[in-house]
Amino acid sequence: MSETITTKKVTFKVFRFNAETDYLPYYNEYKMDVTSEEVVLDILNRIKWDHDGSFSYRRSCRHGICGACAVTVNGRATLACKENLHGLMDLFGDELTIEPQSVKRAVKDMIIDKSDFWEKHDQIQPYLISHIEEHPEMECAVSPEESEQLLEADLCIQCGACHYACPVVEVNEDYIGPAAFVKAYRFEADVRDEAHVARLETVSAPSQGVWDCVKCFECAEACPKDINPIEKITKLHNMLFEERVFKNPVAERHAVGFQHSIARHGLLDEGELVRYSEGNIGVLKHVPVAIKMYKKGKIVLPWNMPKSDKLDEIKKLIESSSTSNY
Amino acid sequence: MGKLQYALFTGCTAKESTPEQLKSTYAVAEKLGIELIELSEASCCGASHLQDYDDFLSLVLNARNICYAESRNMTMVTICNTCQLNTAMTKHRLDNDPELKARVNEKLAEVGLEYKGTSQITHFLYAIIDDFGLDKIKEMVVTPLSKFNIAPFYGCHNIRPSELQNESHKNPENPYVPTSLDDLIIACGGVNVDYEEKNKCCGFHVELQAPKTAAILTGNALKGAIDQNADLMVTPCPLCHLKLDTQYGHASHAVGRDVKMPILHMQQMVGLALGCTPDELGLEHNLYGKVPFPA
Repeated sequence: MSETITTKKVTFKVFRFNAETDYLPYYNEYKMDVTSEEVVLDILNRIKWDHDGSFSYRRSCRHGICGACAVTVNGRATLACKENLHGLMDLFGDELTIEPQSVKRAVKDMIIDKSDFWEKHDQIQPYLISHIEEHPEMECAVSPEESEQLLEADLCIQCGACHYACPVVEVNEDYIGPAAFVKAYRFEADVRDEAHVARLETVSAPSQGVWDCVKCFECAEACPKDINPIEKITKLHNMLFEERVFKNPVAERHAVGFQHSIARHGLLDEGELVRYSEGNIGVLKHVPVAIKMYKKGKIVLPWNMPKSDKLDEIKKLIESSSTSNY
Repeated sequence: MGKLQYALFTGCTAKESTPEQLKSTYAVAEKLGIELIELSEASCCGASHLQDYDDFLSLVLNARNICYAESRNMTMVTICNTCQLNTAMTKHRLDNDPELKARVNEKLAEVGLEYKGTSQITHFLYAIIDDFGLDKIKEMVVTPLSKFNIAPFYGCHNIRPSELQNESHKNPENPYVPTSLDDLIIACGGVNVDYEEKNKCCGFHVELQAPKTAAILTGNALKGAIDQNADLMVTPCPLCHLKLDTQYGHASHAVGRDVKMPILHMQQMVGLALGCTPDELGLEHNLYGKVPFPA
């Protein structure tokens, strides 16, 4: 069974930069006929083999396993060996801009300095920490149900797509980032691992940890293996409460405050959430903005707080369905 | 086509810090002849934060909200991107996991409710574009916003994760090149401004936890729009609106330049084009800027 191979004309704008010789990056333009069978890596190869031997990029397995060839196409994270060109044309039309994952970390063309990515991995102890007898008497078995708890976090190929798509990684160099969080979750969810609290402390420290996640879902969108990093970040949040690892009081109270508020009003009491999260002293820094908002009729005073109808139902459900405590 | 009817999930913000959004939603609905029945029983969606603390509880509460749209036999319409995310995510998870659905229904049964999965959930933006129709809106414009360069700010939770959101859209939106809000601006007679940050994050969700990150992200978005000559910005999300409208001081400080600009709710923009008065759209509540009004 064979499908007809079709051809389309595409204009590629390709990022070029050599950190050793260039002051600024520039773009080369190539007009090519692209078949329905070709993936982005084929184009990178054609540029290097047919047009410019100095063009540089990483490649290895060509089967979506090694994670070396990740780039971006029109800003979208793309594993070059996996992404079909005609599919990308459906998304972006016939002008495609190929760039490295992080323009500011470019070393040569598509090759970036990925050292930050590996340093973040190092930070979360990306290995099984377990006290295993030198001569064990029985195997350390993991049941299929237990391995399902990893939620496929072990399928990560460390391509860096989610890491470099993350807006927090972009603006905060301390932030551990979605890829290393997925790795942390992979071991936290492993029944054999014994590092639980130590790793969770790293994962939840202010500025670097999961509490700085902006919940933008860029990581979920970027992952070429459908691992859904933000789902693992949420799981790590849940684990912090389960294991009672509290390193970031403002953020923890902010999450818990929603439950308090819903139990009282059904709706969120915005002002009370800020006060409860920040504490009576910390809340003072929000006063200047709060005054401006008050003057514009944007602050509901506590005694005017609206309530959901059938609040008794909500209260009853909170009582019967809560699975966490603080 | 009969009159469009929806069950309106207002969320919390529209009842507190963005009253102008609720007001302008009703004003636009009236102009378009859309009937909105408020889900007065609904609770907060948890805003992705309750989910960090107690995932199961957030599912139960969101499923309860959906039950009230189901009992009215209506599509639920949201006016907040984060409400949309959490409600649609709950629906997606329950509809795809019978065991989880049974566990949630066991709890809901205690208050005499059952989640069935019969109601669709969509954001008001997509309701008026897809269900009502962009062409019909265009025909009804009485005050084209032709003087203005308008920067669309989409807000993460309406466009990502695309797999989930496209379950609620009739026309799938490309999260890297979203078009719905641009199309709406054009339909209102405005000039849509293209800028890099239009589909990026405003930082709202870490306003308290990571204020510096939040301020830089807001500042970058405003800066990006201003640099492309935007006169004003428009967003379908009240949380983005709060961040962009009330936090420009911190944002300006973070990016080292003044990034003040008028921010309108999507409903306010449509309302202006349809001939609503500033009062009907609650424009006096917008924090910064003399909101330009087409004369």
